[in-house]
Amino acid sequence: MLEEIIIAGFGGQGVMSMGQLLAYAGMLEDKQVAWIPSYGPEMRGGTANCAVTISDTEISSPLVTEPSVCIVMNKPSLDKFEPTIKTGGLLFVNTSLIDAKPKREDISVYEIPANAIANKIGNSKVANMVMLGAVLEIIKAVEPESILESLRKVLPPQRHNLIPLNAQALQKGAEIVS
Amino acid sequence: MSKVLMKGNEALAEAAVRAGCRYFFGYPITPQTELPQYLSKRMPEVGGVFLQAESEVAAINMVYGASGAGARVMTSSSSPGISLKAEGISYIAGAELPCVIVNMMRGGPGLGTIQPAQGDYFQATKGGGHGDYKLLVLAPASVQEAVDLTIEAFDLADKYRNPVMILGDGILGQMMEPVEFKLTENNELPVKEWATTGKKGRKKNIINSLYLQAEKFEQHVNRLADKFGEMEAKEQRAETYLADDAEILLAAYGTTSRVCRKAVDMAREEGIKAGLFRPISLWPYPAYALQQVLGRVKGILTVEMSLGQMIEDVRLAVNGKVPVDFYGRVGGMVPTSRDVFDKIVAFREVL
Amino acid sequence: MEIVFEKPKALEDVTFHYCPGCTHGIIHRLIAEVIDELDIQEKTIGVAPVGCSVLAYDYFDVDMQQAAHGRAPAVATGIKRVNPKNIVFAYQGDGDLASIGMAEVVHAAARGEKITIIFVNNAIYGMTGGQMAPTTLVGQVTNTSPSGRDVAHSGYPIRVSEMLGSLVGPGNSMKRVSVHDPKHIRQAKKAIKEAFVNQIEGKGFSLVEILSTCPTNWGKTPVEALKWLEEKMLPYYPLGDYSPKEGV
Repeated sequence: MLEEIIIAGFGGQGVMSMGQLLAYAGMLEDKQVAWIPSYGPEMRGGTANCAVTISDTEISSPLVTEPSVCIVMNKPSLDKFEPTIKTGGLLFVNTSLIDAKPKREDISVYEIPANAIANKIGNSKVANMVMLGAVLEIIKAVEPESILESLRKVLPPQRHNLIPLNAQALQKGAEIVS
Repeated sequence: MSKVLMKGNEALAEAAVRAGCRYFFGYPITPQTELPQYLSKRMPEVGGVFLQAESEVAAINMVYGASGAGARVMTSSSSPGISLKAEGISYIAGAELPCVIVNMMRGGPGLGTIQPAQGDYFQATKGGGHGDYKLLVLAPASVQEAVDLTIEAFDLADKYRNPVMILGDGILGQMMEPVEFKLTENNELPVKEWATTGKKGRKKNIINSLYLQAEKFEQHVNRLADKFGEMEAKEQRAETYLADDAEILLAAYGTTSRVCRKAVDMAREEGIKAGLFRPISLWPYPAYALQQVLGRVKGILTVEMSLGQMIEDVRLAVNGKVPVDFYGRVGGMVPTSRDVFDKIVAFREVL
Repeated sequence: MEIVFEKPKALEDVTFHYCPGCTHGIIHRLIAEVIDELDIQEKTIGVAPVGCSVLAYDYFDVDMQQAAHGRAPAVATGIKRVNPKNIVFAYQGDGDLASIGMAEVVHAAARGEKITIIFVNNAIYGMTGGQMAPTTLVGQVTNTSPSGRDVAHSGYPIRVSEMLGSLVGPGNSMKRVSVHDPKHIRQAKKAIKEAFVNQIEGKGFSLVEILSTCPTNWGKTPVEALKWLEEKMLPYYPLGDYSPKEGV
């Protein structure tokens, strides 16, 4: 298994933390992982993206230029990364914020109304987790339980009350593609 | 100990603490800022000192003072900041003081860009500051290796009484990978009888790089040269990947070597016998290890995020035995594995 | 026989390289006497600058570090932070401290760094042969101000003690003294001692600015030089205590 994943969106959409959780979960499952952020002005608003590699074997290059999976949370990210996906790759589109249709026909596209679902369960901030739930249901790179375990490790104890909401978001995301 | 997922900058900072470093003097600059940030919190926890200096110049001179006082001490910066430190680095080498200096390279010249680059190879390995000195320069390619080499760097610095540089780039600093810290805390540190700690019960100690008499200074520099010679003999480090039967050998260090490793895999899938030579020590340059893998090599492709700097050491090492070609990106652009693969294919055709 | 005068223990038994009439020798001696009197020779670490006193490490019999030009306060900071129990002093000239090393001294003072700086102000670059210093007086002729320091071209000389005294720093001490006659030499020694005590007591940063002569580069005899200091430097650089006021 080798997944090379790009996650992109606006700053504040939880794009970086989505990637970090994915990497953390992979590590907990004894997989090889790497996470690389775009850094610089992007960190301060604007668009943000990160690359996550999860592999059963040693990772040659942690730099992802031809992703096998691409998650786009907003329109500029779709425009920027759709052309880079490798043939046969997967594209997850947050249709809550993206009207446009992907153009590529040599990839599989999953349309996820992530924000709408997140709002329905009561908090638009977990749109990223809804998306992640959908992605994991398809690519099976890590178990959703490992994501929750990662959350337990990275969140300070006083914020562990948010974990059930995140679990629900992961599950809702999974349901929409299953 | 179990693995933790850490950013290169933070992992490197923690490694310094594990190595017994208790003093850090630095100045904020992207893309290494997480390193001082981490230590500003961590140093007080272990009874150490983190001090944000007024400038890179002051920071490196605080390192000089602290090292002269016998401490394990570190500073970190990124390219433009290292230029500012160059004077102090020369003094530190001249006065034979151990310390660890981290450079998470960004694009230059000038203010350049905050994106990753490898344009400071010459500065790190051939000088930077004035005079006849050498830094031991180590170039990690993963977060784990950054941790391991940083811990080792403190020992090497003490062993040779010479500054050691960890040369990374913005990607290594920003990237998160799982790491394991193998050393336990509070390992025993070497006694430094030469340090200025107050002359109680002994003759006074002087930390100095000034010798007004030419004859004396020549003796001093020659003694440094002996030390550099010993480092050249003992501290060359390199790793190879699928190099034994390689016809086309890539030469790359740090982040670029990861890109190249993947390009080697791509080439092998196409039946091209490609391999990788990855220097871990940039000074001393692992010339011997490179000469050992030249057996079937028809050509070497050096890949750097620069206009071509390490290529000079590659050429010196192979001494005309095989053609050496170059591929590089600059300005903060990172070569892709596909780019490198394409270069391998093109290079093979002209060989 | 009663010994009434001897070389301080903290001074090496060697001949200074300083020019005839230069007051560095007096200042070295005062520091060494203070180190003896405070009984801190075994825990004192000195930092030598770049300038005429670059070889200070050969003269003081204490552990010494030689610093890059202007960086003595940073080097002293590094030493003091590693071992706060050591007594750390830096010896700096006007070019070293007030020109190339201005940032280092200002920030050491701003941090209240518990170090002592002996700042020798003789209004000229001595070691390089008499060029204009940041403290060169208006109209003073030097090798790089051949028609005299011109305010329109080079601005006014910097009053370091006043400037550092303006920083918030309740434990800091800044005093300006002179060594142009025996009475002032005694006052200078008192100020140096107080500066070391300020550090020993852990109060903060201390600096003693000592007006000093450079007969060679001023083009004067030693006696003329002492007179010039008194007549020309004292009016622009008034002696006194410039320590920050309490309760800032």
